[in-house]
Amino acid sequence: MEKVKINSEKCKGCLLCVSVCPKKCIKPSGKINKLGHKFVVFTKNEKCKSCGFCFLMCPDVAIEVFK
Amino acid sequence: MKGNIAVCEGAIDAGCDAYFGYPITPQNEIPAYMSRRMVELGRVFIQAESELAAINMVFGAAVCGKRAMTSSSSPGISLKQEGISYLAGAELPCVIVNVQRGGPGLGNISGSQADYFQATKGGGHGDYRLIVLAPYSVKEMYDLTFLAFDLADKYRIPVMILTDGIVGQMMEPITINSELRINNSELKKDWKLDGCKGRGPRLMRSLIMEEGGLEKHNWHLKEKYDEIKKNEIRYETDFTDDAEIAVAAFGIAARICKSAVKKLRQEGFKVGLIRPITLWPFPEKVISDVAAKSKKILVAEMNMGQMVEDVKLAVNGKCPVEFLGAPGGAVFSEDEIIAKIKKL
Amino acid sequence: MKKVFSKPESLQDKNNSYCPGCGHGIIHRIIAEVIDELGVREKTIGIAPVGCAVFAYYYWNFDVTEAAHGRPPAVATGIKRCLPDRVVFTYQGDGDLAAIGTAEIIHAANRGENITTIFVNNANYGMTGGQMAPTTILGQKTTTTPNGRDAKRDGYPLKVCELLSSLDGVCYIERVSVSTPKNVLKAKRAIKKAFENQLNNRGFSLVEVLSQCPTDWQMTPVESVKWVDEVLAKTFPLGVYKECMKK
Repeated sequence: MEKVKINSEKCKGCLLCVSVCPKKCIKPSGKINKLGHKFVVFTKNEKCKSCGFCFLMCPDVAIEVFK
Repeated sequence: MKGNIAVCEGAIDAGCDAYFGYPITPQNEIPAYMSRRMVELGRVFIQAESELAAINMVFGAAVCGKRAMTSSSSPGISLKQEGISYLAGAELPCVIVNVQRGGPGLGNISGSQADYFQATKGGGHGDYRLIVLAPYSVKEMYDLTFLAFDLADKYRIPVMILTDGIVGQMMEPITINSELRINNSELKKDWKLDGCKGRGPRLMRSLIMEEGGLEKHNWHLKEKYDEIKKNEIRYETDFTDDAEIAVAAFGIAARICKSAVKKLRQEGFKVGLIRPITLWPFPEKVISDVAAKSKKILVAEMNMGQMVEDVKLAVNGKCPVEFLGAPGGAVFSEDEIIAKIKKL
Repeated sequence: MKKVFSKPESLQDKNNSYCPGCGHGIIHRIIAEVIDELGVREKTIGIAPVGCAVFAYYYWNFDVTEAAHGRPPAVATGIKRCLPDRVVFTYQGDGDLAAIGTAEIIHAANRGENITTIFVNNANYGMTGGQMAPTTILGQKTTTTPNGRDAKRDGYPLKVCELLSSLDGVCYIERVSVSTPKNVLKAKRAIKKAFENQLNNRGFSLVEVLSQCPTDWQMTPVESVKWVDEVLAKTFPLGVYKECMKK
């Protein structure tokens, strides 16, 4: 199961999560959501340590983290 | 009892939970008395850092469903206007006491009636109204303050007691009517913010940004004000049935006019007195009715001419409206009024 | 697998309308987490400011009232004195607290009101498009200081923590930021202490949170959090300014 779930409709593409992930698991998706934001996606599930840094920095609670 | 103290006792008997004030002459007796009595009763008293802070503390107390009051005098009431507009917009009940003094600006510390416009036409911004009550005796200082709390809660509206430095300082014996005492706990305020236990969260606001939302809210306020106009007009008339000249006055001016009219009646002059007790809603109909029967109406007030405009609107050309004013903290005497009426 | 990080109950499940990367979103969330952890959601009353966070009552899941600009500490005083067993907090920006509301915050702090204030400092007036705030730093360009804040004409940045920590009625003052995950956790710990102080009747607590404003600073969100760390925090050093609680 994915350790990080990102709600693409909540994401505003601020990229704060991308900048703080120690394993570089999050990246821009190259697509836009209904509100016109360039949302990000979670990749490399095997590298993720569920540290929660992405969740901590997300201003939109677009992220859920599982361990 | 002094007028200012009667205001305090009326508030306390009406179940005022919180008083927030600031010193300003001629109402310093109110915060001083409340600082002792409210604390004795285990209720809330704060001498705030300004009249502005005090009205915002009233906002807080009102938001959580409590009966709150503040008092000040003219310059301090100017400071409160922002808060009053917010209270009116958010439909919060509260009582605001203005013990008027001479103005504009710092003015003087003598009683005046120069805040009529500020009270009835809205000193704050936006389309709103306050219920404005004008006591003319120490007994009315008690009774009308008591009534103010009930009206405020009934209609979710700020209510102003518009009095002045003379009635505030006057001393008269009064009997306190114990039948007027009420039990607050039955009042259901299903809009108050007191923590969302057992219900969904509530919000309190006057900012309404949704498309058409503010317009709808303003029309709702108007409906409320129309209801108040229908039900809550209060006034007193003396000898108006056959009056040739009717005097219109409120508060302390009415007190002086009352004895002037009585004296003139004893001399055989057909004069009468109309005394609005609610300045808003204004008793237009009774003035219009009296104007239809009278030759002239004289408006006597301690300012440069404020209530006279509302009287003229109510009279609507039926008869001439004359004016006797005493601005800047001046008071007219009974003799002055008698002389003016005789000249008419 | 179990969920280790997700939306707190004290936050509604709504998209907020703050700019991408804005600090408000993070700060709203950590306040909501603290309220959940302390179990006080049902007795909390928040007071929202005039500023970008004026709509905070759409995002938090507890009672929230508006107040006139700068007046939340007076409104909070009215509520807390009338309902002393509720948790009452104000959430204010730099215009609200440090400009128009200076009298109200100083006196609420001075009276030792048992309330909590979260002061969001983003060195400008966000809602109205980025004008100078009392907290704008020297040399900073804003729409009303197009050539940079000049001490002679515009005065110096106002340091709220330093100012309020001199008052006897104050229990706890700390300045934090939300510029990195570590700082977010520190900010949350400070906010929790500030709310716990209220629950323990210790008097006035204020947490100043340096926050990023990417839109009005004309930076990307990632650049803006760097600017908080590298520039803003030099004028407004992070740390505890007063602490009355026994260790």
